[in-house]
Amino acid sequence: MFDKEALEKIKERQEQWEETTLQQWLARLPERDELFRNLSDMPIARLYTPADIPDFDYLEELGFPGEYPFTRGIHATMYRGRLWTMRMFSGYGSAEETNERFKYLLKHGETGLSVAFDTPTLYGYDTDDPMAEGEFGKCGVAVSSLADMEILFDGIPLDKVTTSMTINAPAAILWAMYLVVAEKRGIPWTKIGGTIQNDILKEYIAQKEFVFPPKPSMRLIVDTFEFGAKYVPKWNTISISGYHIREAGATAVQELAFTLYDGFEYVKAGIERGLDVDEFAPRLSFFFNAHNDFFEEIAKFRAARRIWAREMRNRFGAKDPRSWWLRFHTQTAGCTLTAQQPENNIVRVAIQALAAVLGGTQSLHTNSMDEALALPSELAVRIALRTQQIIAHETGVVNTIDPLGGSYYVEYLTRKMEEAAYEYFRKIDAMGGMIAAIEKGFPQKEIADAAYRYQKEIDEKKRIIVGVNEYVSDEPITIPIHKIDPEGERRHRERLARVRRERDNERVRQCLERLRNAAQDERENLMPYILDCVRAYATLGEMMKALREVFGEYREPIII
Amino acid sequence: MAEEKIRVLIAKPGLDGHDRGAKVVARALRDAGMEVIYTGLRQTPEMIAEAALQEDVDVVGLSILSGAHMALLPKTVQLLREKGLDHVLVVAGGIIPDEDVPKLKEAGIAEVFGPGTSTQTIVEYIRNKVAEIRRSRKNA
Repeated sequence: MFDKEALEKIKERQEQWEETTLQQWLARLPERDELFRNLSDMPIARLYTPADIPDFDYLEELGFPGEYPFTRGIHATMYRGRLWTMRMFSGYGSAEETNERFKYLLKHGETGLSVAFDTPTLYGYDTDDPMAEGEFGKCGVAVSSLADMEILFDGIPLDKVTTSMTINAPAAILWAMYLVVAEKRGIPWTKIGGTIQNDILKEYIAQKEFVFPPKPSMRLIVDTFEFGAKYVPKWNTISISGYHIREAGATAVQELAFTLYDGFEYVKAGIERGLDVDEFAPRLSFFFNAHNDFFEEIAKFRAARRIWAREMRNRFGAKDPRSWWLRFHTQTAGCTLTAQQPENNIVRVAIQALAAVLGGTQSLHTNSMDEALALPSELAVRIALRTQQIIAHETGVVNTIDPLGGSYYVEYLTRKMEEAAYEYFRKIDAMGGMIAAIEKGFPQKEIADAAYRYQKEIDEKKRIIVGVNEYVSDEPITIPIHKIDPEGERRHRERLARVRRERDNERVRQCLERLRNAAQDERENLMPYILDCVRAYATLGEMMKALREVFGEYREPIII
Repeated sequence: MAEEKIRVLIAKPGLDGHDRGAKVVARALRDAGMEVIYTGLRQTPEMIAEAALQEDVDVVGLSILSGAHMALLPKTVQLLREKGLDHVLVVAGGIIPDEDVPKLKEAGIAEVFGPGTSTQTIVEYIRNKVAEIRRSRKNA
C-alpha cells in the first residue's frame, strides 16, 4: 500500500527526527522509567509509522466488513445496522430470585439473557448432594430439574429473547431443559435462539469445571452440534471461550491462541463424526475477555477474526462464508476488578467495554463494580448496563465501522498478535493437538507462568493498579453489598423433594436406564435420551450420575 | 543450625475452580524458600485435614472464591484440631466479605487475605507466625 520511495522517505525522516527533535526532548525530559510493554509482554515502540507495516496490503489483510477475511467486522453495516446484544451474566440463589433479576435487567434495556449457574449445577450435582455443601446459589442460580428451569424462564418470551447459558460439562442436559420449557409452552425449537457454552477444553485448561474425561466430553459436544444443526438451527451449540483462560492469568496472546486452537479441535471432532463442516460451523461462537490494555485487546479481536476466517477456509475447507465468521461475545475482565475503592471499577469496565466495541463484538457483558466483593447488587448491575448504553448512544463510536483500522499501531499489533498465535499453534500441533497438550499440562503451565509474572510485576510496582499498589486509601467501602436470602435454598430443596415425590418414578428409572445404555454405545447421539429424561423430571444429578458411571471422571494433572 | 523449612499445604476446598490465586501464592511461598504442597481442586474438609496430617505441615492455606467459605472453612479447622493439629497455622484467601472475617477468625482462621494482597505480605505473615509458633512449642 505504501510505495517504496515513500517508505524510504519516512524512514529517513524518522531517523532525522530521532537524532534531532527527539534527542533534544529526551535530553531535557527523559522518558519515565516504566514498562513500555503490553500485557502479552511485547515491547511497545515509542511511535508507529508506515515503516512498521511496510508490506501492508489493505485488500489482503483488511478487506471490507462482511467480506473475507473479516478483519474489519463480520457484518457489512456493523453497529450502524444493529447494536451488539447487551447481555448481562446473572444468576444467584433460587430460580425465583434469578427470574426476578432477569426481568429487572430486561426492563432496564438489556437485550439478551445470560444465565450464571451455581457450582453444584456446573458440576452436575443436585442441591442436596453432599458435594454441594455450602455452595447453593452462591456463584449463580441452582437448577436441579426441569421444575427449576420452568420457573427461571417464567414470563420470558423464549421466541423473542435469546439466552446464553454458561454451562459446560452438563451443557447438553441444561440445554435439553431449556428446549423442553419451550416445548411445553408450544414454542417451536426453530424459533428459539441462544448459546450454550459447552466448551470443555477450556475447562481442562482454565476454569476447571470438568467432569468427564476428554473423549466422552467431546462426544457429548458433537452430539449437540449434530442435534442443533437438525432441530434447533438458530442455537449456538458452543461458545469457544477465551474468557476463563484469560481470567486464570493468560496473556492476550495465550487467550487468542488457546481459544482458537480449541476451536480447531471442535471443528475436527465434528468432521470426524462425519458432519459437513458447513453444516455446523456457522453455529460455533466465541467468547473473549476485554482486559486493561486497550489497543492490545482491540488488536486481539481483529486478529481473531482474520485467523479464524483463514483457518476455516484453508485448513478445514469450509465454503459457506458464515462458517468463516468469528462471532463473539465479550465480557470485561473480572480479574481486573479491585476490592479496594470499588467505584473505580466503573471506569475500568467502561474502558474495557469500549475496547470490545471497537474490536467489533456481537454481544457484551459489563461487570459490576462490586464483583471483587460479592455478587452484584441491583444498583451496581444497572450502572454496568448503563455503561454499555452510554457507549452505544452517546460516544459516537458506533457511527463508523472499525474506526481504528489503518492505525499504524493497531495494524502492527494485530499482525503481531496473529504471528504470536501461530507460534503457539505450531507448538500445539507438534504435541499432537490440544488434548495431548492439556494432558502434558502445557497450556496450564504457560498460564500459571504468566499469572505469576503479572502478580510479581504488581508486587514490585512495575505495574500500577490504582487503589491497590498506588493511590491507596483507607476510607471504608460504602457501596451496598448484595446478600443472598437463605429462604431461596429452603424453597429450592422443598421443590426438589416434591419433584422426586410426585413424578412417575418408574418412568424416570427407565429413561435413565436408556440413557446409560445409549452412553455405552458410541454411535448413539445422546440428546434424544437426555430430552426424555428431562421430560420425565429426572434430576440433573441423576442424569449426570448415569453418565459418570459410564464415562468416569477426569483427574487433572496438578501443575503449579 | 539452619532453621527447618516451613511446610505449607495450599488447598482448594469445595467446588470452586478458581485456582489462579492458589497457584500464584504457592509459587511465591516456594520462591521464598518454603516447601509447598498443592492439593488440587475440589477438596472436602476431610481430605484437607488428612493431607495436612500426612504431610506434617506448619501451615494450611485455604483458597476459596465460591462464597462457600462459611460452610467449609470452620469445618476444616475443626477437623484439623480433632486430628491434634493445634499448632498448624490456618490462613485463608479469596473473595470473603469483610463482615465474615471476624467469624472466621473466631473459628480459628488466623488471617484472611483478600483480593489485592501482595504475595510479600503473605510470605512475611507466615514467616513471623510460624517462627512464633515454633518458639512457643519449644518453650512449652
